[in-house]
Amino acid sequence: MTAVAERPAAPAAPEPPPTAQQQQRDPVRRTGVLLAAILGIWALGWALFKGTATLPLGRATLTDFQRSLNDLRDAFDAARDSNFFLETVVGGASDGLEALVTAAQNLLSQPAFPRPVPEIGWLGVLAVAAWIAYALAGVRSTILVVVSFLAFGVFGFWTESIDLLIITFTAVLISVAVGIPLAIAMARSRTVTTVVTPVLDVMQTMPSFVYLLPLVLLFSIGPSAAVVATLIYALPPVVRITAHGLRTVAPSTIEATTSMGSTRAQLLRKVQLPMAKQTIIVGVNQTMMAALSIATIAALIDGPGLGEPVIEALQTLDIGTAFVSGLCIVIIAIMLDRTTTAASERAEAERRTAVHDPRRRRAALIGGGVVAAVAVYLSRSYLWAADPDTLPDLGRPLADAVGSATEWFTDTFGQLTGAIKDGFTYGLLNPFQSLLADSPWWLVAAALLAVAFLIGGWRPALTTAVCLAVIFGVGLWQDSMVTLGMTLVATVLVMFLAVVFGVWMGRSKRADTALRPLLDAGQTIPPFVYLVPALALFGPSRFTAIVAAIVYAGPAAIKLVADGIRGVAPTTVEAARSAGSSTFQIITKVQLPMARGALVLASNQGLLYVLSMVVIGGLVGGGALGYTVVSGFSQAQLFGKGLAAGIAIVALGIMLDRITQHAAARQGRR
Amino acid sequence: MSTHALPVAAATVEDDVSARIARLDEARRTPLLHVDGLWKVFGAKSDRIIGTPDADLSRRELMAKTGCVVAVKDVSFDVAPGEVFVVMGLSGSGKSTLVRCLTRLIEPTAGQVTVAGQDITSATDAQLRDLRRKHVAMVFQHFGLLPHRRVIDNVAYGLEIRGDGKAARRERAQEMVDLVGLSGNENSYPDQLSGGMQQRVGLARALAVDPSVLLFDEPFSALDPLIRRDMQNEVIRLHHEVGKTMVFITHDLAEALKLGDRILIMRDGAMVQVGRPDEVVGAPADDYVRDFVSDVPRSHVLTLRWVMRDPRPEESLEGPVMGPDTVVKNAAHRVLASAHPARVVAGDQLLGVVDREDILRVIVAEESP
Ligand SMILES: Nc1ncnc2c1ncn2[C@@H]1O[C@H](COP(=O)(O)OP(=O)(O)OP(=O)(O)O)[C@@H](O)[C@H]1O
Ligand SMILES: [Mg+2]
Repeated sequence: MTAVAERPAAPAAPEPPPTAQQQQRDPVRRTGVLLAAILGIWALGWALFKGTATLPLGRATLTDFQRSLNDLRDAFDAARDSNFFLETVVGGASDGLEALVTAAQNLLSQPAFPRPVPEIGWLGVLAVAAWIAYALAGVRSTILVVVSFLAFGVFGFWTESIDLLIITFTAVLISVAVGIPLAIAMARSRTVTTVVTPVLDVMQTMPSFVYLLPLVLLFSIGPSAAVVATLIYALPPVVRITAHGLRTVAPSTIEATTSMGSTRAQLLRKVQLPMAKQTIIVGVNQTMMAALSIATIAALIDGPGLGEPVIEALQTLDIGTAFVSGLCIVIIAIMLDRTTTAASERAEAERRTAVHDPRRRRAALIGGGVVAAVAVYLSRSYLWAADPDTLPDLGRPLADAVGSATEWFTDTFGQLTGAIKDGFTYGLLNPFQSLLADSPWWLVAAALLAVAFLIGGWRPALTTAVCLAVIFGVGLWQDSMVTLGMTLVATVLVMFLAVVFGVWMGRSKRADTALRPLLDAGQTIPPFVYLVPALALFGPSRFTAIVAAIVYAGPAAIKLVADGIRGVAPTTVEAARSAGSSTFQIITKVQLPMARGALVLASNQGLLYVLSMVVIGGLVGGGALGYTVVSGFSQAQLFGKGLAAGIAIVALGIMLDRITQHAAARQGRR
Repeated sequence: MSTHALPVAAATVEDDVSARIARLDEARRTPLLHVDGLWKVFGAKSDRIIGTPDADLSRRELMAKTGCVVAVKDVSFDVAPGEVFVVMGLSGSGKSTLVRCLTRLIEPTAGQVTVAGQDITSATDAQLRDLRRKHVAMVFQHFGLLPHRRVIDNVAYGLEIRGDGKAARRERAQEMVDLVGLSGNENSYPDQLSGGMQQRVGLARALAVDPSVLLFDEPFSALDPLIRRDMQNEVIRLHHEVGKTMVFITHDLAEALKLGDRILIMRDGAMVQVGRPDEVVGAPADDYVRDFVSDVPRSHVLTLRWVMRDPRPEESLEGPVMGPDTVVKNAAHRVLASAHPARVVAGDQLLGVVDREDILRVIVAEESP
């Protein structure tokens, strides 16, 4: 499908001789013709064989392979107390993490037996958090933190919010403790880099949802599995960004300091780490946001936190509660993002104003510490300062208001939203899905292989063959094709948005300044939250999952296209304008073709984002693989099927990623 | 002849040059820096080339045959204590590689480097670090300052890493900041300074460890011409004040002639000529060097030694007496004012004479292309 976006790749080279022009245009046009031919043959086959050999599988039916995964789970469960590796290594790690999380919960969020409340009540927690924010980030962040924590309390999700923060921070601390040394090793050694990079790639491209089930095999369900899942997803950003920061320290500075006789340790401590400091903080910020997004989803494997009320409310279609708990997640996301960003800016500003009076700051810190200590004391002595339920309850009224507003909206505009949904579903989604899911499997496989070969080359075709074989093998062919169909349709829409907004932003500085903060904010919000408004508008359906996926994937793709358009050399645009091109001609004949690398990259990112969200959409009636995974969490006898669905999702992800990556590399070479 | 007292002005110029020459003679006996048969070949299996017939190939031929690049090819020279030794050549001629081989920032492929009698090429890591911390400091084209440290802490960096006490290194760093004329800027950050000021910080940083040898790799190429001239004068001033031995890389001939006691000219990694500025200008070793020096104002570089001739039989020998190492430009005024040709005299021996015409020939030649 990505080829659609490449189609307008008219020659961008300024007036090459006619033969070269011919050669350049030909392969693109030939690809287009061949793609159309493949689609035509496919459609013909579909018409002839529709409904045969589609490999469906009933909801409660399991294949042998899936049953064997159930057995595997049982074997793991049985061996948990006897097998050395499971008992000592995994069990030890699991117990350690669980003890850590429980201790933090007793201290901050959950009743610490025999007390009816945690060791430190809400007032104390709030004051300590505010003090930390003040010390690290400054006054504005302190205010933000105070307001956020108050919001957790008044919205009635204090415990869940703090639990989510505990899981997030535990994972972030471990990520940083492991990630920074690893990044240092990568920056120093080419071997380490070559070994670690592909592992990080896999960790990052795998849709977040599918980490969870295999972890259940090892860690069972609960807080430790949640922390590990979060950790796996959160580790790559800090490692990558730190290693990048260290590696890009100016070589001239490294050489100069080496020439003065620095040891390697001195080089690291006095030159590389300080010079990469800001980049490292950016890495920590990214890791924190990644951790937050998985920590919410980890509610599916019994991770404590705000994910629980959201999922529960989504499944009971309680939009009001879903909204309020989702709002708390958004508040946390904004709070963490702003505070870490402010901390990094502060680090920079502080070194600028070196002669800044440190005594005043120290006094303020001590004063704040005293206030925090008093607050902690109060929260241990008085129930009003300990129990967040004593705060006024705004959560219930807000939930009710949102609930009735949604009801009013569906009553009033239900026909309109329904029409949109049906139009889309019957007009676009169903035909396309039918082509993928109702054609015989061999026809689809052949068509996909041909497409992969055509736009990527033989390597991605090989990968596609392997991935399709895996999907076939785990026994979820038809479900996978439905998910693939939804993913492709959503990606096409994402790319449409990306081109429209990306071109606009790339061409207009003002549009960029207006939209970019919105997109940035959109990217920091855990994907999960997008399900809530989508569900409110469209009810549970495949379309709902697609809407959420588009909202989730849009910002990243738009930004990539905007950057690509902006990156087109201004002199080329100027030359085209001076040759009398209209604006439309400049966009279609110069800017888009020259930014096609960015377009392909955007579709690559878009596909992966969409896939992970379409899967999560299983929670709101998205069906297919996502639904299978979700039921694997909730019903013990469907675990194997859920795990198989997870494997199929990974196969889909790798297949789409490889094809688009190779297409992107080809674009780059051209 | 000793009864003829030489005029004062000429004497200082001459003494200066004579002192230089004396230093050079001294150098030949006790060099501070000694480089012998140094090679650097980049590329796979580069160590297999030296000593084979391949080593005699030109750089391009070798590149085609083996894929290796000879950056430094069999270079040998000595530098005397207190001497300013300039290395010059076109871009890519191997200057940067050569100067980095001196402290093994780049590992030489073959050859020997000795600093104050210590063999660098066989030094251990610890010895090498010690050498870099105390004896040899370097100034870079792109400064290489630490952006997160203030000027004073940049200057103190070398002292810090070798473990000097805080108070001592602060004091020394402040001295150096004052020495290079940056007083008042010690608390600025590098990116708050102009390029010229940043390079002063680089200079102060190198001087702070009180090294016996200073290496400069095109330190002023990134600066604009006026600032560059200031900085060159600064180096000359510092050389007078602290008297360091310097190896100075440049691709700017004017800079080389201005600063250098001696100049090494490189081409494709090999030495083409080593000599005093007047030797290089007066007797270029080949067309490459001749081309190089063709734009030089010769009267600023050549000495009377290069323009004198034997007296003609009828010529008067009443003219003023001058030393053979007097620069033409400095001699011109007196020769042109005198009715008789000037006598070029070394000790009590008459080497030759120079008349107006000889002087004018040098001066006029450089005005007509
Ligand atoms: N790390 C390297 N690997 C391979 N070849 C190199 C390397 N460093 C330098 N060279 C080659 O060695 C030759 C000499 O390079 P060098 O940087 O020493 O020249 P230079 O005289 O300092 O030039 P410039 O005036 O441009 O600084 C060049 O041909 C260069 O391409
Ligand atoms: Mg160089």
